[in-house]
Amino acid sequence: MSTLKVLEGDFSAWTCAACGQPLAMRPVELDYLGSRFTVELPACPACGQALIPEDLAQGKMAQVEKLLEDK
Amino acid sequence: MDQVELRQWEARCIQEEPPWCTAACPLSVDARAVCGHLAAGRPGGVDEAWAVLCRTLPLPGILARICDAPCKSACLRAQRGGGLEMGALERFCAERATRTPRLAALPSRGKSAAVYGAGLAGLAAAWDLGRKGLAVTLYMDDPGKALLDRYPGRLPSDAVAQALDGLARLGVALAPAQALDRGAARAALAGFDAVVADPELAPAEALGLLPDPVTLAGDVPGLFAASLPGVDSPAALAALGRRMATSVERHAQAASLAAGREREGVFATRLFTDISQVADLAPAPVPEAGYGPEEARAEAARCLDCQCLECVRHCAYLEHYGSYPKVYARRVFNNEAIVMGSRQANEFINSCMLCGLCAQVCPTDFAVADLCLDARQGMVARGRMPPSAHEFALRDMAFANGPHSALARPAPGQPASPWAFFPGCQLPASDPGTTTRLYALARQALPQGCGLLLRCCGAPARWAGQDATADAATASLCDDWEALGKPRLAVACPSCVVTLKAELPEAEVRSLWEILADAGLPAPESAPGRTLAVHDPCASRHDPGQRRALRGLLDRLGAAWTEPAHSGESTECCGFGGLLVHANPPLGAEVARRRGQASPEDFVTTCAMCRDLLARAGKRCLHLADLLAPGPDPDPAARSAPGHSRRRENRARLKEDLMRDLWPDSAESLEPEPWAGVAVTFTPEAAARLEERRILVSDVQKVLHAVEQSGRFLKNSETGRRLAAHRPVAVTYWVDYAPDGAGGFTVHNVWSHRMQVREVA
Repeated sequence: MSTLKVLEGDFSAWTCAACGQPLAMRPVELDYLGSRFTVELPACPACGQALIPEDLAQGKMAQVEKLLEDK
Repeated sequence: MDQVELRQWEARCIQEEPPWCTAACPLSVDARAVCGHLAAGRPGGVDEAWAVLCRTLPLPGILARICDAPCKSACLRAQRGGGLEMGALERFCAERATRTPRLAALPSRGKSAAVYGAGLAGLAAAWDLGRKGLAVTLYMDDPGKALLDRYPGRLPSDAVAQALDGLARLGVALAPAQALDRGAARAALAGFDAVVADPELAPAEALGLLPDPVTLAGDVPGLFAASLPGVDSPAALAALGRRMATSVERHAQAASLAAGREREGVFATRLFTDISQVADLAPAPVPEAGYGPEEARAEAARCLDCQCLECVRHCAYLEHYGSYPKVYARRVFNNEAIVMGSRQANEFINSCMLCGLCAQVCPTDFAVADLCLDARQGMVARGRMPPSAHEFALRDMAFANGPHSALARPAPGQPASPWAFFPGCQLPASDPGTTTRLYALARQALPQGCGLLLRCCGAPARWAGQDATADAATASLCDDWEALGKPRLAVACPSCVVTLKAELPEAEVRSLWEILADAGLPAPESAPGRTLAVHDPCASRHDPGQRRALRGLLDRLGAAWTEPAHSGESTECCGFGGLLVHANPPLGAEVARRRGQASPEDFVTTCAMCRDLLARAGKRCLHLADLLAPGPDPDPAARSAPGHSRRRENRARLKEDLMRDLWPDSAESLEPEPWAGVAVTFTPEAAARLEERRILVSDVQKVLHAVEQSGRFLKNSETGRRLAAHRPVAVTYWVDYAPDGAGGFTVHNVWSHRMQVREVA
């Protein structure tokens, strides 16, 4: 499955408090109502904890959620 | 919904019924459309109006000039100044149109017909049959001269010539006139598939025939004849020709002559149009030379453009989706039937307020609520209900029925009480202090003993189509009620009255407001200073007793009150009904805003949710309890509606306070939730986001508690702020925060999503 690039911006200031590592762009799996996507998101290279920024959650992600709910 | 049910729904909506003019026209001319084009005054409007006439009329250049306009007396405008001068408007179109649609005939069908006589019936039959692709022979020596002789001074010779040219282009062949009697008519069938006798040449009686009134079929197959109409009406004569032509076509196709012709010609329409607010306006007299452009436009503008749309005019929701119930029923059906692709009507189905106003104003009782509720139940049953639509409301309901909010006690000091006060779940959420005072008032009004039953009636789950959840809530409610000894219920919330009567049929359910009105308690001293507008909650639409009690109590309080627009049985919902405000927040806000405009006065109502949603929309609004059991607030109409988290806190606080003050011996001690000790404060921006995004303070506390447990959060090296996420059940909450230095947290922002992150380590 191809990895979707949905984020622009600089997340280099964010680090994972538990692992002490700066976040880096990496593929993260998202799923909702049985549909699964791989999206490139800032995440901790060690533990995988990902960051979903506000704009993404309230924008594109909300739109896709609605599409999937109506599917 | 199956196809049969869909048809039943569609048939109930009368918006697509023809207007009175069309129904009264023997040729079914759409005079409403003609007037619409003329009145709009657009360039080319006359040509568009003429095109409508050409689509419907046989020999339009002739009929439009001599039409006797039977629509005029049927026109609804006839009751408001005079029916539309449609005859003059038709003539105007015929004279002024610059373009006539191309006249086209269907390909030949290899069938033939003979038409005897060229009166309007014969000519119309020949015209229609030519268009239908039959080879027509018209027996008449000089049809043009016949027309000019028959309608002297009304037909320009070039119009007659154009009409005859049209017949020729349709392939109608002229043959020398022949006398027609019964024998000749039968003999002609040897050379043609069908024979049509123009009644002005040979009426049915002269042929010894008594034709079928619907099909005009004579005594042998293929022979069609008619009696002359009782009045000299060009439209009626042409309609006879059209009726015979339709029968000829069916005969030629060996199809049923009679099936499905109930609405051919003149019939009674089922359309309803409210003209109660229409002022009288008489037509301008028709000059001898006919209307000019301005006169025609003014006359066409008198057309009422008859539509029903009663429900759409009354309901912001039905208006919002841009159509009317017949179309909506089809959308709901398609939404259910779709196998692949996107369901287009989920939002429509979940946005109905289920308030019953449409059925109240609909001439045929079309209840969109029934359509939508049934669809919601079906969506839930098939696992197709969007989770985001109602989940928040159902969580709220579960909280109202949970250990922090729900309460069932007999009156203080009584082992059992004959009554129990049931305020509903939203009054305690909105205003616990007033709820407490109202309970005291209920105990005064019911001195034989009045306990308390705090919980939700289950309406939100019913509205969501979640019947299993609603049934469980009812069962739990029934347990509480039985444990109290099955008291009579004094109910403050109008929606609860409706729900409890349906769900708990064994219980005697009465509105608290009627009880208080009957009790005649002395009124509090502080009468409201200004005139109030009575907002009837939609749940009291069919409960005149509740509505009377509200007004009676206002009278006793000495309050001056007035009726807003749309009151009583025609009252409008505030936007909470059917969970609209949850499923479609922007439309819910618009509904409340519109309702607030129904009167310039402050509203007073008996529904806590109406009060809060109207207040949120900027309308000053009182709950009746604010007047009957006033508290310290000097201006309760200005009280802002508490937010989602505060509503829960209010319910919990009400229970705690009541237990402490009234039932101190049986106070339960609830184990605090593990996250409840997390101290949070919110920036004003974050507090606004909480409400807008329907995130609770407790959701934020859960996130921060989870962080305390796991130590997992993200840290911004530049700002020092932190970001953490947690997914308690079905929604992931993100909190942007910083420690406040005193063991708590300051929250700067919150957001959420339903999509689940599968972390890839």
